[in-house]
Amino acid sequence: MPLLEVIGMSHYFGGLRAVSNYNLSLESGQIAGLIGPNGAGKTTIFNLITGIYQPAEGEVRLNGTNVVGKRTNQIAALGIGRTFQEMRLWRHMTVLEHVKMARYSKLSYGLFGAFLDSPQRRKEEKKSTELAMEYMELFGVDQYADQLVVNLPYGAQRRVEMARALAMEPKVLLLDEPTVGMTPEEMVDMIMVVRKAHERFNLAIFLIEHRLRVVSELCQNVQTLVFGEVLVEGTPNEVQNHPKVIEAYIGDQEIDF
Amino acid sequence: MAETTELQQPKGVRGLIHRFYGGAPLLGILLGFLACTFWENIIGEALASVLLLPKMPILFGLVTMSKVFAGLFNLAIKGSPFELFTLIHVPMALIYFGVVYAVPLAIVVRLTVRPANAVARSLQQLPLIVTALVHLGFLYAIFHVWVELSDYRLITLKLTLIAVLLTLSLNIINGYMGEFSCSHPGFMAVGAYMSSFFTVGLFVNDKVLGEALLGIPLAFLSFPLALIFGGLCASLSALIVAIPSFRTRGDYLAIISLAFLFIVKSFFENMQSLGGARGIMGQPDWASLPVIFIVVVIGVWAINNFVNSTLGKALNAVRDDEMAADAMTVDTRKTKMVAFLFGAFWAGMAGGLLAHVLRFINPAMFGIQKLAEVLAMVYFGGLNSVYGSIVGAVSISLLGEVLRPLEILKWIFIPLLLILVMIYRPTGLVAFKEFNVRKSFGPKEVD
Repeated sequence: MPLLEVIGMSHYFGGLRAVSNYNLSLESGQIAGLIGPNGAGKTTIFNLITGIYQPAEGEVRLNGTNVVGKRTNQIAALGIGRTFQEMRLWRHMTVLEHVKMARYSKLSYGLFGAFLDSPQRRKEEKKSTELAMEYMELFGVDQYADQLVVNLPYGAQRRVEMARALAMEPKVLLLDEPTVGMTPEEMVDMIMVVRKAHERFNLAIFLIEHRLRVVSELCQNVQTLVFGEVLVEGTPNEVQNHPKVIEAYIGDQEIDF
Repeated sequence: MAETTELQQPKGVRGLIHRFYGGAPLLGILLGFLACTFWENIIGEALASVLLLPKMPILFGLVTMSKVFAGLFNLAIKGSPFELFTLIHVPMALIYFGVVYAVPLAIVVRLTVRPANAVARSLQQLPLIVTALVHLGFLYAIFHVWVELSDYRLITLKLTLIAVLLTLSLNIINGYMGEFSCSHPGFMAVGAYMSSFFTVGLFVNDKVLGEALLGIPLAFLSFPLALIFGGLCASLSALIVAIPSFRTRGDYLAIISLAFLFIVKSFFENMQSLGGARGIMGQPDWASLPVIFIVVVIGVWAINNFVNSTLGKALNAVRDDEMAADAMTVDTRKTKMVAFLFGAFWAGMAGGLLAHVLRFINPAMFGIQKLAEVLAMVYFGGLNSVYGSIVGAVSISLLGEVLRPLEILKWIFIPLLLILVMIYRPTGLVAFKEFNVRKSFGPKEVD
């Protein structure tokens, strides 16, 4: 049984069919990629999987159970972590607070524990801080622990976002254009970061990318999405040489190879 | 390294104050104030008559000075008679302030730097609760001695403490969670009415609520219960605002919460069984200074605990980016609900205290003007900050009292000040500053 399975998912924005009959099967430990020109519906698929939008048809199964209809935070707590294309960090919060926040669902001290500063709260908060520091160390952002995240350089912000997504201990990690806006050096760095996370936590990773180099270095399997439909599916090599893919991209998107 | 420390040293008057008091721990400063209050009890009356002041200055001589300005203003506008002699009150009030507060404070703080630091250092070895209790004990002692001289001081201090609690409870919603809620006076009204209903209904013979149901001695011990009852009722009423807050944000929520405020007000105006527009009076005189002090301290402590926990930081996450908060497992619905109910609870408690300080409430007290006052305190002091709320509540309360002799002009000065703060510090004086309790009680390095 695949870890994450999407079956026949469709979604409409008004009369516009944004995603139609989309299928995905992701095994534990597998890295898959999703490419496609702008506006093809890639981020919409992420939003459908994570419950931000409700799919009109179809199922999203995590470990065999359907999660459609659950709220975003519940789906996240079940083990689907994600990052955002535009990062979506909290501008008034420090790096440490970001990473600790991802452990929200793991805390059990309750509201009255929070109001009254109970011993259980102190214990759990301390443990949470220690764990958060470990994640920050892993991604090399521990030296920024008490800094506001908006004061960090771009690459470091991206790594904070990775640390935050992994601190919630997901089984599946969805990465929405992790290298967008990066220089080639930062991109290589990011590939290393994703690999590290994959090896360390044995995650299933599903990533959206425009840069084919990232996709071909990381993914075993790639889907090409055009106008909400999967056009071609296969290994990175097969996909990027496929005439239909080249046709979909040419004139619209430069292939960075 | 040496360069950075030099850069951080503030210049000018602030730098002077910083250099002078920077080495003193909080304990030393509290000790200095305590000495001042005792000193005023001894020499205040005599000094005031020597300085030709009509009576002893009550609020650090500020009211005395503002009375002179009010006289000048009335002369200019209405041509009311003005005795030139009263001009002398301005320098005299300044001298009074210097002799009674500024100089003794400076001397005591300076002299006790070493011992106070030593005590602060040894206090730091003890659990935080002990250190906190020692400091709060000192603070209460200052209040206690300070209000001995006049009832006006007592009532001003009581109302200021209540304002601190109210401001902080609104800051949870407007600052930490970043919504704009206008319903706070409504929660306060519910708390005030319900706790009065409890105390007056049970223990007082009253025209509106009838004979006392229970006539037991030591009834004042039930006062905490009355306050908590008021707070819980306020929380319950907050559900009405919390539920639409899941669907609307920003302006829409502001309108809904404003509507709630009007509903509450007209509800109490039309409830003849609760006194209608005339309200309830004759609340037992249970809200003494120590009671208010303890309730406010507990309130500040609980709110500070909450906003520093991960569950409380979730408010910030919801404010800064709700979608990201959701995707990081934060239960945003629960978070918003808690912010409203918890904020309303403490507003209700503050309302209960207010009812028993004034010993009289009516629906008109909890209208738009109250809303403007508490919003001013929150936005003046600073969003997202426990410090800020205390600063805002104390400064706006004091300013209101100080400018009272200026009558109508008061409502030009305070809004003008608010406008200036909004221009130069859009989020308030000390916004986004954390209240590090352990650090603020600790010793300071002497240079």
